[in-house]
Amino acid sequence: MSNVAIFDTRTDAKIPLESPLAYAYRRFGAPAATARSRVTLRERPFLGHLILRGGAIVLDEAVREVLGISLPGEPQGLVLDAEGERSIQWLSPDEWLVIVPGGEEFTLENRLREALAGAHFAISNVSGGQTLVELEGEAARELLMKSVIYDVHPSHFPVGKGVTTVFAKTTVILRRPSDARWELVVRRSFADYTYRWLLDAGEAHDIGVER
Amino acid sequence: MSQPNRLSQGGRIDRSRKLHFTFNGKRYQGHAGDTLAAALLANGVDIVNRSFKYSRPRGIVAAGAEEPNAVVQLGSSEAGQVPNVRATQQALFDGLVARSTNGWPNVQRDMMSLVGKLGGQFMPPGFYYKTFMAPASLWMTYEKFIRKGAGLGRSPTEQDPDIYDHLHQHCDVLVIGAGPAGLAATLAAARSGARVILCDEQEEMGGSLLDARERLDGKPASQWVAEALATLAGMENVTLLPRTTANGYHDHHFVTLHERRTEHLGETAPLRDGHRQVRSRMHRVRAGRVVLATGTHERPLVYANNDVPGNLVAGAVSTYVRRYGVVPGQRLVLSTSNDHAYRAALDWLESGREVVAIADARANPDGELVEQARAQGIRIMTGSAVVEAKGDTRVTGARVAKVDLDGFRVVGKAETLDCDTIASSGGYSPVIHLASHTGGRPTWRDDLLAFVPTLVKGVSAAGGAHGIYATAEVLADGQHAGGQAASELGFQAVSIELPKVAARRDGPACALYQVPHEKPTLRAPKQFVDLQNDVTAAGIELATREGFESIEHVKRYTAMGFGTDQGKLGNINGMAIAARCLNKSIPEVGTTVFRPNYTPVTFGAIVGRHCRELFDPERYTAMHQWHVEHGAEFEDVGQWKRPWYFPQVRADAVNGELESMAEAVARECRAVREAIGILDASTLGKIDIQGPDAREFLGRVYTNKWAKLAPGRVRYGLMCKDDGMVFDDGTTSCLGENHFLMTTTTGGAAGVLEWLELWHQTEWPELQVYFTSVTDHWATMTITGPEARKLLAELTDIDLDREAFQFMDWREGKVADVPARVFRISFTGELAYEINVQANYAQHVWDALFAHGEKYGLTPYGTETMHVLRAEKGFIIAGQETDGSVTPEDLGMQWCVGYDKPFSWIGQRALTREDTKREGRKQLVGLKPKDAKVVLEEGAQIVLDPTHAIPMPMVGHVTSSYYSPTLDSGFALAVIKGGQQRMGETVYLPMADGQTHEAEIVSPIFVDPKGERQNV
Amino acid sequence: MFNIHCPYCGELREEEEFHPKGQAHIARPADPAACTDEEWGDYLFFRDNPRGIHHELWVHAVGCRKFFNITRHTVSYEILETYKMGEQPSFTAEYPQGGSDAAAMHPAQVAQQAGVHA
Repeated sequence: MSNVAIFDTRTDAKIPLESPLAYAYRRFGAPAATARSRVTLRERPFLGHLILRGGAIVLDEAVREVLGISLPGEPQGLVLDAEGERSIQWLSPDEWLVIVPGGEEFTLENRLREALAGAHFAISNVSGGQTLVELEGEAARELLMKSVIYDVHPSHFPVGKGVTTVFAKTTVILRRPSDARWELVVRRSFADYTYRWLLDAGEAHDIGVER
Repeated sequence: MSQPNRLSQGGRIDRSRKLHFTFNGKRYQGHAGDTLAAALLANGVDIVNRSFKYSRPRGIVAAGAEEPNAVVQLGSSEAGQVPNVRATQQALFDGLVARSTNGWPNVQRDMMSLVGKLGGQFMPPGFYYKTFMAPASLWMTYEKFIRKGAGLGRSPTEQDPDIYDHLHQHCDVLVIGAGPAGLAATLAAARSGARVILCDEQEEMGGSLLDARERLDGKPASQWVAEALATLAGMENVTLLPRTTANGYHDHHFVTLHERRTEHLGETAPLRDGHRQVRSRMHRVRAGRVVLATGTHERPLVYANNDVPGNLVAGAVSTYVRRYGVVPGQRLVLSTSNDHAYRAALDWLESGREVVAIADARANPDGELVEQARAQGIRIMTGSAVVEAKGDTRVTGARVAKVDLDGFRVVGKAETLDCDTIASSGGYSPVIHLASHTGGRPTWRDDLLAFVPTLVKGVSAAGGAHGIYATAEVLADGQHAGGQAASELGFQAVSIELPKVAARRDGPACALYQVPHEKPTLRAPKQFVDLQNDVTAAGIELATREGFESIEHVKRYTAMGFGTDQGKLGNINGMAIAARCLNKSIPEVGTTVFRPNYTPVTFGAIVGRHCRELFDPERYTAMHQWHVEHGAEFEDVGQWKRPWYFPQVRADAVNGELESMAEAVARECRAVREAIGILDASTLGKIDIQGPDAREFLGRVYTNKWAKLAPGRVRYGLMCKDDGMVFDDGTTSCLGENHFLMTTTTGGAAGVLEWLELWHQTEWPELQVYFTSVTDHWATMTITGPEARKLLAELTDIDLDREAFQFMDWREGKVADVPARVFRISFTGELAYEINVQANYAQHVWDALFAHGEKYGLTPYGTETMHVLRAEKGFIIAGQETDGSVTPEDLGMQWCVGYDKPFSWIGQRALTREDTKREGRKQLVGLKPKDAKVVLEEGAQIVLDPTHAIPMPMVGHVTSSYYSPTLDSGFALAVIKGGQQRMGETVYLPMADGQTHEAEIVSPIFVDPKGERQNV
Repeated sequence: MFNIHCPYCGELREEEEFHPKGQAHIARPADPAACTDEEWGDYLFFRDNPRGIHHELWVHAVGCRKFFNITRHTVSYEILETYKMGEQPSFTAEYPQGGSDAAAMHPAQVAQQAGVHA
């Protein structure tokens, strides 16, 4: 464990935080959702995002012990805890994305490292580098069809699935945690572009932004 | 306003809705449900264009996508201009404004028509190549004239007010064409539960059923169409896309569908519920199976003056009469090789106008439609064909003669019939364009006298698209194709009930393409094959005489099937003529390749939303807003927007004038060398590397040694490809024994990560190491200059003592109360600290540095100043000093190469190849212009002897060049053959303006060669 | 626009998610120092350009980031199979119908890509 430098990049000091979408909100505003809105957008900023690398069997045991949920072993799997607050998503045969409430990630990393002692694995904190954007509403799927190349038809994209794919001219991690909700994990530097794209493509659906 | 050719009843138009439109400046009236072509014909407009090459008057020939003549320019305003619209495909809307594409100055009185009259001698095939090739330098001038004369339409010069988009569609079965075959296929596939998309290019779905004489289940065919569409519209697994053309069939059943959503409503998309509507949409469809139900194009016959307005293909006559209630003339002569075309005569007669005669090239036609025509008293001239149309701006007569098809000659004397319309039919060509896009060469079938598509796996054709014409058979064929496609994908086929259609007995057709004339083809009046490109039978014959035997060469020489036409009407006739001239069969001659797009697609639909501010992603750092607010000019680095420089209000400003770029950069440079500057370096790629073999891996991908780098230390590294050429560089820090943080160039970040994965996954999977991008997680701010330590000391708990925190060390602690990793590395040659914090805190830390930094003169600087400062130090930029042909030794960076590392690292072996060891390779040097005021041009070529005759031997080029405020002189980095052995020599840089600059070869390190300043 | 079965993601994905990386099965010589200049040049620069069956290395760049191989017909553009690193192709120039002896058969993946043809 000492062979890896673990570093809590978060502080409890009262420091103003800026989410990846902060500049986009200031620049383009956030149209309020109305009764006509057929899709709404909501950012869930400042969550804890960890990238977990390693063998599925080794990681699964540690994750179940520490998080209480099992590691999705099948490709494109997405697993949430009972509260829907913590999730693990398959990204590749040796890579998972863990998202937890903001502030839990450092403790989680330490506990996982403890549970995994001796194994070959890696954990990288990427919380500052990405943000979670939720889409809900009857037009969410059509908005996604305008934006991503992946097939988002419910028969092909059931609840509990998540993929990395092409979004307009950038990339996105797209997931479906529940029937009504889609989640986009957006890279910080592309957040402004992604937000502008969603507002533009969502205009026809009276997209509203909840803040 | 009267519509002389409008029937008092019939057709599918809405007579209660009158629509006004303007064509070539004149106002007309039509009805809702008309196409522009139908409305023009209803109003008796004969001439719709002038032809491409000969400028002959042209009228409407067809009723669909195959129309070659009625290609118009739409738009009442400059911004609304749309070129290359077929009038046969444009729905009429109130206020539509259209004009002819060709015709200069106007279609009625055309200045080039003289050329057309005499054109046979003046403009043979290959005319443009032969006439305008010399002198080559004038070609551009000729081309402008030709284009203006030819008139290919024009794009608007003002911004398009409309919006466009893309929709990514996925389906099990895509059915293209909503005629009887397509509807039956869709019903069959949809009933099985498959996800089905049905698209059709016309205003209404139904295809040939919309003008069919047949009754389905005893009802008009259009009624069955309406019922079928209602059924499909009610199914959740079916997407119906009318007004949608399948334009391109790409690999693995990826098909682009161009949907025209509002083109039928107005020139610009009207608002709906207060929202702008998408005018055109590109559906990018990935299908599991595709059914081509694209039907046929009728072939016109090729006879003399067959281009005079009033010559139509037979099926178009039926379409205009039955769908639009328009009969495009008074007296009809039909010339045919088959039974089906008799419909035109019957429909014409039933509309109350005169059928003068039917010339049937067959000796003994006896099919059911023939008998019906006889029974109606229509004169049928057997063994005959129209050999020549009479008339100038409209058909005034038809010369009909007996023809000997085998001998290709006219027999006996022609009879001239008084008529104003000639309909012709030489048979039917399956629409094989989409199948052709997939690479399949079509197959000729003698029994059908047509090419049928050769299909790749997963595609099927149904109905007319592969030569099945009888309605009952077409319906059954469609059902089979749709069911088969679905069942191949694992869906359970469900049988559907098809309507009953009475079978019709048709006699066999005969093969007739070009109709013989009394005169030989080369001397007969023009017999047009490709009306859009003005290709004649004589032109093809001449091409074959001149030795063009391959049909692909004939096509290019004559322009047959070029451009927006893609040979829809003319190609088969052209091939048949070439075959006759070459004494070959049609399959021996073969066909040319049809290419996407099937019909023109507006750029808006191709671009979709990817325009204006969404043209390309702009990547921003966490401090981007600050940069904007502080007046930064930005530079594009990959997709990143990086501050280039920060112009300030000039000290002597009266009206707030800003510094020039040179002034701003000079000020920023001085601030760094004399006090302190700050750079947003967040864009550098950052890769988190963990694992017991991380160190070993670094040793293999970097040229230098990593075995002994201790935690807390940082090292610069060069990366080569296995050819020994440098492709990226950066610093890597040892965070822990098994933990490293690699930085890459801004532009190289994604490529380097993929490079590491490539080697790990394909060559060294046994190494235990993981790579994760953390570029966006960290924000990086570099403070650099003599005052950097003092400023940082005010904000951090890290011990900055020069012994405790040395150059090339990193430490962690807090900066402005935020957890930070601070790296003491320098790209400026000055004392420098790179502060890394989680990006969500970045603005706070950046602000705190400025709050404390003002008293030290903290100055923000951009990439230009960064470049000047690093170049003064001789630090390279991968991609600027290197171009994929530069080794570490060429850069003079042997100090960064571990020749004795145990593992043969990437690039090592290549450094001892003959080519990389040879003398005279280009090597990195500095250049000092003899005139200090001169800033050499980047990319300028370097010579040793400026008096040498041109071409002078070039020995290298300038890679970086700037003005240095520190040196008060221009200076440059360059690569020069054998440069490291040429220190002190003078070289010359001849410029395009005739000046020649002189420069001295010097060391590439211009400032602080011992590197003392960064170590303070 | 290819439709490619990623053997790691286990499903067909759009070509835009992938990067082609050239000919497959180009192994780096184990002892570069022992190679002649010509041998090293062959490894670096020389690639096949067959008309017919070709093995290519691709990476699922916007996806699982894994490298894998594709057997593709360069005329029809049909992708006959995709297979993971370390596996051998079933379709080869000698076995254009599949069933190469050298192949550790992976019928499931062959079958999945078989849903897609040029």
